[in-house]
Amino acid sequence: MSFPLLTATAALPALGAIATAAVPAAQRVAAKWLALLVSLGTLVLAAVTLVRFDPDGDRYQLTESHAWIKEFGVRYELGVDGIAVALIALTALLIPFVILAGWHDADPHETGSRRWRPTQGFFALILAVEAMVIISFEATDVFLFYIFFEAMLIPMYFLIGGFGDKAHEHGDEVAATQRTYAAVKFLLYNLVGGLIMLAAVIGLYVVAGNFSLQEIVEARANGSLHMATNTERWLFLGFFFAFAVKAPLWPLHTWLPNAMGEATAPVAVLITAVVDKVGTFAMLRFCLQLFPEASKWATPVILVLALISIIYGALLAVGQRDIKRLVAYASISHFGFIILGIFAMTSQGQSGATLYMVNHGISTAALMLVAGFLISRRGSRLIADYGGVQKVAPVLAGTFLIGGLATLSLPGLAPFVSEFLVLVGTFTRYPAVGIIATLGIVLAALYTLVLYQRTMTGPVKAEVAEMPDLRVRELLVVAPLIALLIFLGVYPKPVTDIVNPAVQQTMSDVHQKDPKPEVEAAK
Amino acid sequence: MENLIALLIAAPLLGAVVLLCGGRRLDAVGHWIGTALAATSFVIGIVLFADMLGKNAEHRAISQYLFSWIPVGSFQADVSFQLDQLSMTFVLLITGVGSLIHLYSVGYMEHDERRRRFFGYLNLFLAAMLLLVLADNYLLLYVGWEGVGLASYLLIGFWQHKPSAATAAKKAFLVNRVGDMGLSIAIMVMFTTFGTFAFGPVFDSVGKTGEGKLTAIGLLLLLAACGKSAQVPLQSWLGDAMEGPTPVSALIHAATMVTAGVYLIVRSGAIFNAAPDAQLVVTVVGAVTLLFGAIVGCAKDDIKKALAGSTMSQIGYMVLAAGLGPIGYVFAIMHLVTHGFFKAGLFLGAGSVMHGMNDEVDMRKYGGLRTYMPVTFVTFGLGYLAIIGFPGLSGFFSKDKIIEAAFAKGGTEGWILGGAALLGAAITAFYMTRVMIMTFFGEKRWQPDTEGHEPHPHESPRSMTIPMIVLAFGSVFAGGLFSIGDSFVHWLEPVTGHSEGNSPVSALTVTLATMVLLVVGAGIAYAQYGRRPVPVVAPRGSLLTRAARRDLLQDDFNHVVLVRGGEHLTRSLVYVDHTLVDGVVNGTAASMGGLSGRLRKLQNGYARSYAVSMFGGAAILIAATLLMRAV
Amino acid sequence: MNPVNYLYLAALLFTIGATGVLIRRNAIVVFMCIELMLNACNLAFVAFSRMHGNLDGQIIAFFTMVVAAAEVVVGLAIIVSLFRSRHSASVDDASLMKL
Repeated sequence: MSFPLLTATAALPALGAIATAAVPAAQRVAAKWLALLVSLGTLVLAAVTLVRFDPDGDRYQLTESHAWIKEFGVRYELGVDGIAVALIALTALLIPFVILAGWHDADPHETGSRRWRPTQGFFALILAVEAMVIISFEATDVFLFYIFFEAMLIPMYFLIGGFGDKAHEHGDEVAATQRTYAAVKFLLYNLVGGLIMLAAVIGLYVVAGNFSLQEIVEARANGSLHMATNTERWLFLGFFFAFAVKAPLWPLHTWLPNAMGEATAPVAVLITAVVDKVGTFAMLRFCLQLFPEASKWATPVILVLALISIIYGALLAVGQRDIKRLVAYASISHFGFIILGIFAMTSQGQSGATLYMVNHGISTAALMLVAGFLISRRGSRLIADYGGVQKVAPVLAGTFLIGGLATLSLPGLAPFVSEFLVLVGTFTRYPAVGIIATLGIVLAALYTLVLYQRTMTGPVKAEVAEMPDLRVRELLVVAPLIALLIFLGVYPKPVTDIVNPAVQQTMSDVHQKDPKPEVEAAK
Repeated sequence: MENLIALLIAAPLLGAVVLLCGGRRLDAVGHWIGTALAATSFVIGIVLFADMLGKNAEHRAISQYLFSWIPVGSFQADVSFQLDQLSMTFVLLITGVGSLIHLYSVGYMEHDERRRRFFGYLNLFLAAMLLLVLADNYLLLYVGWEGVGLASYLLIGFWQHKPSAATAAKKAFLVNRVGDMGLSIAIMVMFTTFGTFAFGPVFDSVGKTGEGKLTAIGLLLLLAACGKSAQVPLQSWLGDAMEGPTPVSALIHAATMVTAGVYLIVRSGAIFNAAPDAQLVVTVVGAVTLLFGAIVGCAKDDIKKALAGSTMSQIGYMVLAAGLGPIGYVFAIMHLVTHGFFKAGLFLGAGSVMHGMNDEVDMRKYGGLRTYMPVTFVTFGLGYLAIIGFPGLSGFFSKDKIIEAAFAKGGTEGWILGGAALLGAAITAFYMTRVMIMTFFGEKRWQPDTEGHEPHPHESPRSMTIPMIVLAFGSVFAGGLFSIGDSFVHWLEPVTGHSEGNSPVSALTVTLATMVLLVVGAGIAYAQYGRRPVPVVAPRGSLLTRAARRDLLQDDFNHVVLVRGGEHLTRSLVYVDHTLVDGVVNGTAASMGGLSGRLRKLQNGYARSYAVSMFGGAAILIAATLLMRAV
Repeated sequence: MNPVNYLYLAALLFTIGATGVLIRRNAIVVFMCIELMLNACNLAFVAFSRMHGNLDGQIIAFFTMVVAAAEVVVGLAIIVSLFRSRHSASVDDASLMKL
């Protein structure tokens, strides 16, 4: 038996979480370093996975399979395809930056009782989320996936509810109330989605007799497993609802602005760049593969919802007065693009959507983390409290602008590649939808540039006059992300090479082919 | 030789990276690094040009493949360049004028503490603009297209501490984005129609598809061109863009970037040739804009905004010519090049004036400057003569040809378009004469500013005057040089194609009519501004003047319809999101809470009531069992 | 005699017991009514046993008696201790177990 690489990639942060939580109260700096090291170790393992993965090889690679609950045919089954590998790499890549950016976010206000250890908890929770997200990407057993899909809510709940911005415009009491509200809302939304999915998971077991993704897909393909049309549709809806809450898709999105607004910037990044990606990833892996016919049946409605998400999210972002909520609504718009790409059912759309997940993770991380640095300096999330920052902190303003430009998909930066692929992929099958979605790029420019103009340009406000520029630790967080944005914008081929074969497989699962061009162009 | 193409772009790109990431250490030498790299690019351009001249006309186009950019299924975007005569023309214009303006900026931005960054942005602009004209497919062109938009955004808003500059920058980017939408949809239509968006394959297979698709592509490309080239209806950003430093206005908003739309249309000539409806719309847009810009230019007292109106109008000429098809392509590009010289010269002259006048831009506070700044006066004057089409100077050759070509379109359209172009020539003569007289002639009208500083007009330093002199040479001789033996026509013909139309009026008639209108326009201006003193405070003016001062109310329209409307929309959506979408969920939660509150009352603690429900339940169960058995 | 008549009697006794449980407040009376219901069940069991000709019902009746006896022991103890603490044997007075 070969070395269980996938298990190790998920187990390392899990063990790291336990170890970090166990660090004595007085040693909180050690806890930080331990967490950082563990996340870097995970990054190494993820990189090894990436290297060992052969894009032209089998569909699922590095597979592991062990019996787990024999009575119900539940297996501990792991395996990655190109899409999963890319997302695992993204997750492993972002966590060190999240940890580094949140270095001081959980320092205790005063040294209280000796058992009070918020720092240890904060970093342990982040690592726990990482472990669960990674195993969700790896699981090819529906039940195994479900368990971790749900379980990651618990550490997220504590991260949102337990740690907020130090400074708050209405004082600590109000901040705590709003945080609790946001955390509970996050939990309830996702729990409802999860419960409906649980019903669908059980239904799937009743119909199929086991939980193995590969076996079910194979059985459906060779006709040995027949699913009635209505059964398939109900099961699809059950799965899709949970993923649409997590993604989030309009109108199930309202938990995201609250959660991202109240959480600290690194946790907000964790929500939108890492945890939410499990939702869109699962649409590609589970919805399309398990229920190809139902997916096609639901496509028109989903496309419309995605389109609403794109436009609606962008318009609401324009109307926000709070920096973090603005980024949250922008994310809703971007998730609309991802879902649009997935359900356009073209190779450009789906490769674009996968690439979009990766790029959105990086670009939002860059923008949100810089926004977090900004907020921690001034102690306010309101856009109106800023002005003229570029004069006093040019590097901060510059990185903020690049993050913003990535958000508006400027060509040359990574998100452009994915956004254009999604748009082209949608357009080839649904021209009208593609054209309306293109409106999103104008609106994206609007909210990003308005944000930049109001916070960074103009006369210097008295409150920001003393603002220090980015520190070394902060620059260390932002610079690699920006470098990556530029690299993947200029040369996205390494990622598309990994993703393309997996997308082709998915396309053949749903029995779809790319529309042919009207005329065969001369070469 | 092919390998040099990438170096053309790499040199200024390197400059941008070094200058923007280099930090304060480079403050002292940054501007020279930037200028040197721009000049390097120009030298490479000259080398490539010499090489190209040594080949036959058919073999002049060369290409360079770098790497596969976005390969997904049949969607294959490459990073590869093509350098043909059309691109070469642009490369020389961009790098040549670009280098001169770099040099000029060394003096102009001398006292700005962020000069290093300014040069970084300028280099970034050069790289993006070169990418735009060298790309061999539409998607890569799009990268350059947005790249110049970004550089323009950064440079318009360079003095970010001024809210007006920041607003103008944002506005320019947004309006351009609307145009970009057109370009990106055009690429999508191309991909679905042809399965590719590389220039060669698309142009070769134009004949295989219907005219409807081609018209759609043409109109979408026109939308993109309107945004970038400030054509009606997306012209509103150009006037505000004058908030940027003057070298920026000269390079980006006069000589190069704003002409990218013309490049796009000429480059896509194969598509437009097969879509006459789209061509007609292009000519109409061009004709409307050339009059629109000219009228706006007449009313502005801000010297840069007057010149901006003029730019808009002159690009209108180019777009008009490009819409005429093969009879106009060459002249569109020729006018573009000559315009690049004289308009850049005029802007640099304006910058020189402002430099000497404490950054005053109101022409009503100038007057009689010819004695104070002779070099500026002479170079500006030559640019002035060139733009109004004074016989023998550059503008005369290029503009005259466009007017002739417009008539040659034939039919009623030909008369209307030609008439508009002629009328535009008259108005051009009027507003440019007005600018000239108000600035350099008459009595001095400047006054001490609020802090008591009186401007001391003086000639600008050598680094600023040299570029102005070089550009003045171009303004005078370029047109003639291009016209000797139709050299420019022969140069571009292999790329764009060329045909002589059948003009209903002879070339001589057109020239004479132009001359007469020129004299009339200039004469009216002289009568109004030269023969009596110019009031320092602008008179109220006629209804048209007042509208023209406000850019013919376009901004007001935008404000009322788009800005106000948008604000209301977003505000109401925020409300809806909070009350309705969120409300539904919160309402569900609340009703759940209410329901459970009511159900709680059943738990009253009386053992006998529990017993009742138990018996009731048992009775129901038994009844149900019996019923089931009965059925 | 037709064994079905015993069933009628059992039903009658059960109904009387159930009504008593529902309408009487005195814990002792309620308790006696419960016993009445249990004995009604016993009667039915024995009658069924007779009707079907096997002993299962009689065995169950013995079980019921044992359970009833145990219940009396525990139940009376509870009632007595309730009466001691509250000076009342009314079941409605002991309504503390509510939300």
